[in-house]
Order: sequence, then C-alpha cells, then structure tokens
Amino acid sequence: MGSQGGFGQSKEFLDLIKSIGEARSKAEEDRIVIREIETLKRRISEPDIPKRKMKEYIIRLLYVEMLGHDASFGYIHAVKMTHDDNLLSKRTGYLAVTLFLNDDHDLIILIVNTIQKDLKSDNYLVVCAALNAVCRLINEETIPAVLPLIVELLSHGKEAVRKKAVMALHSFYRKSPSSVSHLVSNFRKRLCDNDPGVMGATLCPLFDLINDDPNPYKDLVVSFVSILKQVAEHRLPKSYDYHQMPAPFVQIKLLKILALLGSGDKPSSEHMYTVIGDIIRKGDSSSNIGNAILYESIRTVSSIHSNAKLLEAAADVIAKFLKSDSHNLKYMGIDALGRLIKLSPLIAEQHQLAVIDCLEDPDDTLKRKTFELLYKMTKSSNVEVIVDRMIEYMISISDDHYKTYIASRCVELAEQFAPSNHWFIQTMNKVFEHAGDLVNIKVAHNLMRLIAEGFGEDDDAAYSQLRSSAVESYLRIIGEPKLPSVFLQVICWVLGEYGTADGKHSASYITGKLCDMAEAYSNDEIVKAYAITALTKIYAFEIAAGRKVDMLSECQSLVEELLASHSTDLQQRAYELQAVIGLDARAVEAILPHDASCEDIEVDKNLSFLNGYIQQSIESGAMPYISENERSGMVNTSNFRSHDQQESGQHGLRFEAYEVPKAPVPSKVTPVSLSSTTDLVPVPESLYARETQQISSVGLASDTGSSELKLRLDGVQKKWGKPTYSSPASSSNSTSQNPVNGVTKVDVATTINSKARDSYDSRKQQNEIDPEKQKLAASLFGGSTKTERRTSTSSKGPKASAADRPQDSKAASVPNKASGEKTNQVQQPPPQDLLDLGEPTVTAAPPAVDPFMQLEGLLDSSNSSAVTNSGGAVANAPDIMGLYRGTTSSEQSGGGGYNPASGDNLNLLSELSNAAAVRGTTGATIVSPLSPSVKGANAKDSLEKDAKVRQMGVTPTSQNPNLFRDLLG
Amino acid sequence: MIRAVLVMNTQGKPRLAKFYEFMPVEKQQEIIRNVFAVLCSRPEHVSNFVDAESFFGPDARLVYKHLATLYFVFIFDGSENELAMLDLIQVFVETLDKCFRNVCELDVVFNYSKMHTILDEIIFGGQVLETSSTEVMKAVEEISKLDAASSAINLVPKSVSSWRSR
Repeated sequence: MGSQGGFGQSKEFLDLIKSIGEARSKAEEDRIVIREIETLKRRISEPDIPKRKMKEYIIRLLYVEMLGHDASFGYIHAVKMTHDDNLLSKRTGYLAVTLFLNDDHDLIILIVNTIQKDLKSDNYLVVCAALNAVCRLINEETIPAVLPLIVELLSHGKEAVRKKAVMALHSFYRKSPSSVSHLVSNFRKRLCDNDPGVMGATLCPLFDLINDDPNPYKDLVVSFVSILKQVAEHRLPKSYDYHQMPAPFVQIKLLKILALLGSGDKPSSEHMYTVIGDIIRKGDSSSNIGNAILYESIRTVSSIHSNAKLLEAAADVIAKFLKSDSHNLKYMGIDALGRLIKLSPLIAEQHQLAVIDCLEDPDDTLKRKTFELLYKMTKSSNVEVIVDRMIEYMISISDDHYKTYIASRCVELAEQFAPSNHWFIQTMNKVFEHAGDLVNIKVAHNLMRLIAEGFGEDDDAAYSQLRSSAVESYLRIIGEPKLPSVFLQVICWVLGEYGTADGKHSASYITGKLCDMAEAYSNDEIVKAYAITALTKIYAFEIAAGRKVDMLSECQSLVEELLASHSTDLQQRAYELQAVIGLDARAVEAILPHDASCEDIEVDKNLSFLNGYIQQSIESGAMPYISENERSGMVNTSNFRSHDQQESGQHGLRFEAYEVPKAPVPSKVTPVSLSSTTDLVPVPESLYARETQQISSVGLASDTGSSELKLRLDGVQKKWGKPTYSSPASSSNSTSQNPVNGVTKVDVATTINSKARDSYDSRKQQNEIDPEKQKLAASLFGGSTKTERRTSTSSKGPKASAADRPQDSKAASVPNKASGEKTNQVQQPPPQDLLDLGEPTVTAAPPAVDPFMQLEGLLDSSNSSAVTNSGGAVANAPDIMGLYRGTTSSEQSGGGGYNPASGDNLNLLSELSNAAAVRGTTGATIVSPLSPSVKGANAKDSLEKDAKVRQMGVTPTSQNPNLFRDLLG
Repeated sequence: MIRAVLVMNTQGKPRLAKFYEFMPVEKQQEIIRNVFAVLCSRPEHVSNFVDAESFFGPDARLVYKHLATLYFVFIFDGSENELAMLDLIQVFVETLDKCFRNVCELDVVFNYSKMHTILDEIIFGGQVLETSSTEVMKAVEEISKLDAASSAINLVPKSVSSWRSR
C-alpha cells in the first residue's frame, strides 16, 4: 500500500494522471506515456533508490502498461521487489509480477524460490501474498515445487490462509488435473472445515471436479443437501449474511453442484426436492441476490430428475420474473423459460405476450436471449414466423459475430422444419443475401445438395418444382448489386445444373446471365470458376440434347479472357469448355451426363487400372516400387524422439534447495578431500528426500480418502452454532429505518414509477390494440387464443386503474421532444454520488429495497444528526415535489431553459446554476434538501478532500462529481 | 470462473484492469476498447448483461454497472450466476465506498494498488472468495496498519479503522 493510502503519491505521478486525463487525442496520450516511459527507464536503473520511490515507480509501470504500452524493461525490478523483506514492498512486487508476467515467462523461475520461502513464513500476510502469486504464476512445470507447501497450508491456523490454499489447489487442478489428482480427498476434508468460509471456498474446486465427472461424488449428495439446508435456515453466523440473505454465494454454488449431481439421477434428485422446494418457497424476490438464488433454483430444477411440484413452483417464479419491470429479471426469466421448456412445453403459452414484449425490447441482450428461447421452441407450425423475425433482426445489426451466429441458426431451423420448398429457397436466399460472407461455406454446399437431392419426396414433380423455383428466384436476384461471393457460387452452380432443365429459359438467356455475372464480379476468381463451369455444363446439355450451340459473343470473349488468365485453375476450366464444345453428342453425354450431380463417382484409389502397365514395365526391366519407409532404410526415427523426450523429462528442473554442505570435520581434512565430500553428499540425499516425501503424501491421501468417504456433518452443525433464525429485532430495526431515511427518495421514486408505468401502460395498450401482435403471438404459440385472451383481460385490470390515475406529467401542449426529455429527467433522481446512481438505471427495482439505501439506513441509524437531518427532509419532501412538478411544467411551456442532465451528473453544477438563474430559489431547494437526507453528514470530509485535490493541482473538472454536491450542500 | 475485472470511465479510459488468465497487453487493450464500444452504445434502463463471446471467446458473459463516471465490468463464464455477479460488483463498490468515503473516480485513479488489494480479497484466482464487505475491510485494514506503521509521512491519513466499523 505504502504511499497509496490517500493522495500520497509524488507530484510527478499526479501530474502524469492529470495530463493523461486532459489529453484530447489518443496520439497526445501516447506521447505523454512515451515520455513517462523514458523517464522511468532512466530513473529505475539509478543506484540506491529508496524503497518508497521504487514502489511508486513500479506502480507507474503498471499504470503505463494498463494504458497499453510496453513496460517490459521494468519486469526485472518487479521481480526484485518480491525478494524484499518489507511486506509492503513485497506485496507491490507480487502485484506487479502477477499483472505483468505470464506463467511461462522466463523470469518466473526467479520468483519460485521466493514464493517457496514466503509460503513458509510466520507472517500470515506474507503467506497470503505468496498464495495470490501462486494462483497466477505457477504453471504445470513448477507445480511440484510448491505443492507440498500448499498442502501443508490446508491445515494452517488462519482461516484466510486455508481458504486461499484451497483456491490455489483449485487453480492447480485447472492447469493440470493430474498434478493434484491424488489430493482430491483434501477437498472433501475441507468441506467439513470449522470455518464456513473455508467450506464455501472448497465448493469451487468441487464444482469443477463434479462437472468433469459427477459419479465419484454421488455419496456427497446428502452432505451437500444438509449443508444447503443449514445455510438456508440461517445456521451460519450473521457475518456471512449478505443483504439479510445467508451466504448467498455458497447457496448458489451448492445449487449448481446439486444440479450436476442430480442430472439424470432419480435417487439423488429425490434427496434434493425438499430443500429446493423450501428455498423457492421462502425465496425473497425483492432483492437482487434473492432473485439470483431463485433463478439458480430454477436451473437446478430443470437439470435434475423432474418433479411436478417443483416445476410448478419454478413456473410461478418465472412468471414473476417476466412480469417484472426490471430488464435483468426479464432476461433471467426468459433464460429460465428456455431451460424449463424442454420439460414442460406448455409453460411458454401463458407468457406469450411477455415473450413478444421482450422480442421488441430495445435491449439487445434481452432480444438475443429471446431468440435463443424461440430457437428452442421452434416447431414446423411456427418456424416461418420465428425465422422471419430472426432474419429481420439479422439484417438490422452490424455485429458480425452475432450475425454469423443467428444466420447459422436460421439455416438450421429452415433445414429442419421447412414447411415448403418454396419457403425454404426464399429463406435461404435472404440469409445468403444479407449474411452470405459470414456463413460457413458448408452451408452453401448443403444448400446445393438439398436442391439437387430434394427433401426426400418421392415424386419427381416436386423435385423439378423445387429446382425451377430455385432457378426462378436466382434469375430474379442475380441483377442485384453486390451479392456475397458464397451466394453467387450457389447461383452459378444451380443455374448451370438446372437453368435449362425445365425448358422455360433458353440456353442463350442463361449463359448471357452467367457471363454478365462473371463480368460484374471479375475480381472474384472463385465465382468466375463457378460461372465458367456452369457455362460448360449448359453447353454440354445443349449438345447432348442435339441442339446446335452458338456461343454468345460475350461468352466467347469471356472464354478468351480466361484462356489467358493468370490462374491455372481458370485456364484449365476454359480449355475444358473449349474441348467439350468440340465433341459430339455421345462423348459429351458420357462426360457430363444430365442431372447426375448426385451420382457417386467411383474413385479407384489403388489405381488398379495401371496394373497392366506396371507389369509390362517390370518385365522390360524396370525397378519395382519400394515404399517410402523401406526406401529410407532406417529404423523408425520417431522412436528416437520419444526416447529423447523421456530423457529430458527426467532432467527437468528441480526446485528443492540443495542441502547445506556439511561442515567437514574441521582440523584434519585437506583441501582436496573437502571438495570431494561436497561433491558427493548433497545430491543423492535431496533426491531421496523428494521421493519419499511424495510417496508419503500419496499414502496419506489414499488413507484419508478411504476414511473420509462418509462425511459426518453433525460435527459441522455443532460448530456453526445454535439454529437461530435471524433475530427479528434487528431485521425490523432495519426495515423501520428504511422508510425514515429513504422517504424523500421513495417519494421521488414512486412518482417516477407511476409515471414510468403510465408511459409503459400506454405503450402496452397500444400494443394490445395492435392486432398484428396478437396474430404474432398466436402464430408463435400455436394459436391457443383462449389462454391468450385470458391473460390479456386479466392484465387489463390494473392497467385501467393505472391509466385512470391523474396524470400531471402529460402536458399535452408540450411538444413530444420536451416531454420525452422530461420523463428522462424525472427518472433520474438528482445525482448524488457514485453509489446512489446504482439502482435508478433500473427503474423497476423497488427503491425501498435498494441495497444502498439499506446500507445507508444501517449507517445512519447510529448517526443521530443525520436522522434529524433526514427528518427535516421528510417533512419537506412532498411540498418540494409539488413545487418541482409545477415549476418544471410551467418552465417547459416557457421554452425549456432547464437543461436536463440526462443521467450524466457532470452537468450538475451548470444545471444548478442554470436552474437558479431561471427560477431563483426554487431551483436550489429542489436539489439541496435531498442530498443531505440521503447521505450522512460527510460534507466536511468531502470539502477536505476537495481542498486536497485542488492543492494537488488537479482541476476538479469532470473527474469528481461529488465535489459539487458537497460544495453546494 | 471470473475471467476479468475492468473499471473504466465514461470516456473509455481504463482505471483498473485485472485479467485472471494471462492476456497479452495488445489483447487487453483490444478487449477494453471493445467492451467500451459495447457499453457506450447501450441505451439507459436496459439490462446489465451483455454477451461477451465476440471479444472474449466462447461462453463469456459480461455484467456491468454504470456508477457516476465509471463503468464497473465483470467478465465471467457460464459457471457463474449473472445476478450474483451484479451483486459482487455491489460488494466491490460498497467496499470501495467504505474505504474511501464517498468513493469517486479520483480515489480509484490514485489508489491503484489499494484497489487491487481490495479486489484480491474479494476475488481470488477467478473465484469468489469473500462477499462481506466488512470482512474484506478487516483484511485490508490489517494490511493498511502495516502501511501506517511504515510510513511516517502520509499526506492524507486515511486509516479506515477509525470509520464505520459495522
């Protein structure tokens, strides 16, 4: 930490940050950073730099590298710093090397020794720092060097160390599962650790292990269930609560593990039903973390052997998610729906309108998730609607990655569920037209194959109909500019094979089109190759049919051009074309038979037709063929190589320290014998030591493994204390606090909410009137209009009442834009500081449970001055809001001088002064009473901070919104 | 596991970047640019989740939180729960706020290594280690104590212990 506590850095560093912050362009920033690098290079190699300075240089190096510049010249100094005895220097050193170096960097070898030493340190902070580095820097090769030390740390006195040691072992497992396979029993043992934190940490490696192979861990199902039950019932100490939820991250990990263990395993699943049911039933859907647990429970329910009751409960939760106004919850709801739909396909029906809302949402993430869901519920009855939607979206986006993805989805669905040939061809055309360059070339080949083979119908009429509809559509599309290459290839091929097949189009018409295409895309050799081959085929079919071929002049010139092409491939094709045209009908028929693209061509890989020729040659005295292996006349070389590798494996690096040479018996020994003893003694001993150590650890592991097979959790229960529920006093305390502190906020929020809902409802109403949407729903969800109507009427109730509510926000006279601006502004509570902006981005989350508000509530309860402060604000609040509404509407009609900040509180100051200028005192009262009520009385603090900042010479521009509030407050 | 933690300001300048798997510097920059491009194109009042596969490899998701002038971004894979990650950002920010009292961008910039210390107590090797900001504070405090002991001259003494211990 050193000088980093506070603004204690040197002026130089502050100047650097400041000048980078003010840089107008990337180029300017780069110039500044390069200058900084020069300075650092010079400074860092000076002799005798004080430690404090050196630490700062290293931090500056980190900063430089974060901005994307090379700081490799300083790596060695960071490594040196890890050797330092001072813990803070050491920490800085470790931090730097973990950020700088990859685990196969050459310098790592210099650190391993330090890590070994630090892992044995008495100071647990040193051990923790080293463990942190172990996770990042130790690779497969160096694991043996630290493994025994880490295993020892698993039973360290400090739980923080045990936790991190478990995590370090986990990171070894991820890097090289075989290196720790004999230590798996340690994870089981740590599951019963006295400290719940260590137990929680152990779940991470266990999750990975079970993910790889659940079978060896089936015996733990009961233990996991019992732990989950205890956690959910608040048996853990209070300190593990997070927002009144007992150890939620542990619950989530456990649910994930249960999902893996219960998948396809009925007896195991049956153990879990009760506890999962309880969690869902008691679930707290008002907090974010509560919803996280609920969602995880649904995932588990959908993964384990299904249970009707649980499915029902899960469906209820999903309904709650989807009805929520929060986009996050909707997203989770859609995701959960996608998981559950495999088990009970009917569940989607009751949510059809919600799903369609999500599909039309401006939020891309939500939209994509919804497409994912639609993909899962595609049937032949709704494929047309779904694929149409997907293509529509595909056209509208520019993100190539997702475009490719959704294009392949479209193709897949179209191939699987296509209701008619015509539709299929049309759909594929659209996909190719808009994403042709992104789809896999295999898709194009697949399409050609499908057109050639048909969809497996028996009658020929359908066949030829498919083909001629393809030809027709391609002839139409061909004129459009800038088609993707892959699509053109398909078009060429189809026109070549089937262009003249149904007799509607003459050969000259088709060949003319093909020539035009080859000309238009003259840069694309593949297209030209396809085109010339297509020409060849068409002429061949003409000749075979006994018609006279007269080549169009443009074709002729194309062929001539290609005869002289630089590409040998194109040249050959052109010559082939020429040759084919010169042949008679029978020969052509044999070379290019009509409609034979699906026939298998037999390839004689043994070239047996040459046997006669070979025989002849041998008889006339030629050398017989000798296979390549025999020719080399050597023993297989690969043997040597593998031998080599083994050798080198044995000579791998060894990390154990050499033994201290034993002092020779002092007096009598001559110098010669001394050297000989030092040569002899240490090496073999250390080797043995290592081996025995390993053996013993293996033995130990297997021993404990057998004894630990049955976990006894009664012990754990005792250790975690009495089964007390969360004391009601404290919880009621916090809830009662909430309103007091949050009233102004809540007021604002409810008005916001009602307004937001109004606008939302009006939108929804529009939607409901919209018959297209109902039609869409019907077509998507298999037209169960009854359920649909029911949902729509049931949802109408609250809506109507909401619409009836007096609306002061709708000033009809105000132009559209102004009202839009206004809602925007209203939805933003006056910007407070970094934290308070947290939830408002999600208008839907009930503000009363804003975790920050709760936090504030708790804090402020101890702060009497703050309470009185907020009390005052409470009394004021309604009036202010009234004033606020009045002024804003009047002001808007007056021309809108009040400049809404639109979420960016940078403008707070200008906004305020602006408002004050326009409306005098009212403007000031709007913001100022709110701020102290929400925050504790920290004004003095912040003023101090501000003064400091100014003193440091950093102009508080956009950097610190806080300052302004504090200055004004 | 969690693959990366990024903090950047609304102009796209990185303020903290920690990758839990090695990433060459150029790749890191590319990711930071891509993440920023995605985040600043997202409208307000939408979900906090973004699919990160296009720039972070298969199965990568991203959760972000926009607070004042900063974006807090966690990138992780399918073995984590999106909503829970959102709360983890919350834990991180809560801890920062406790540590710096009304945390703002300046604190984040100037206390680079303290930020890392805090983060290391919350996430360890890509796994969630601790979710109680009180516990994290305790650990950080202990390190800070050494700090205070070793540095006689400290311009702004910010011993956290004196303030708000729950």
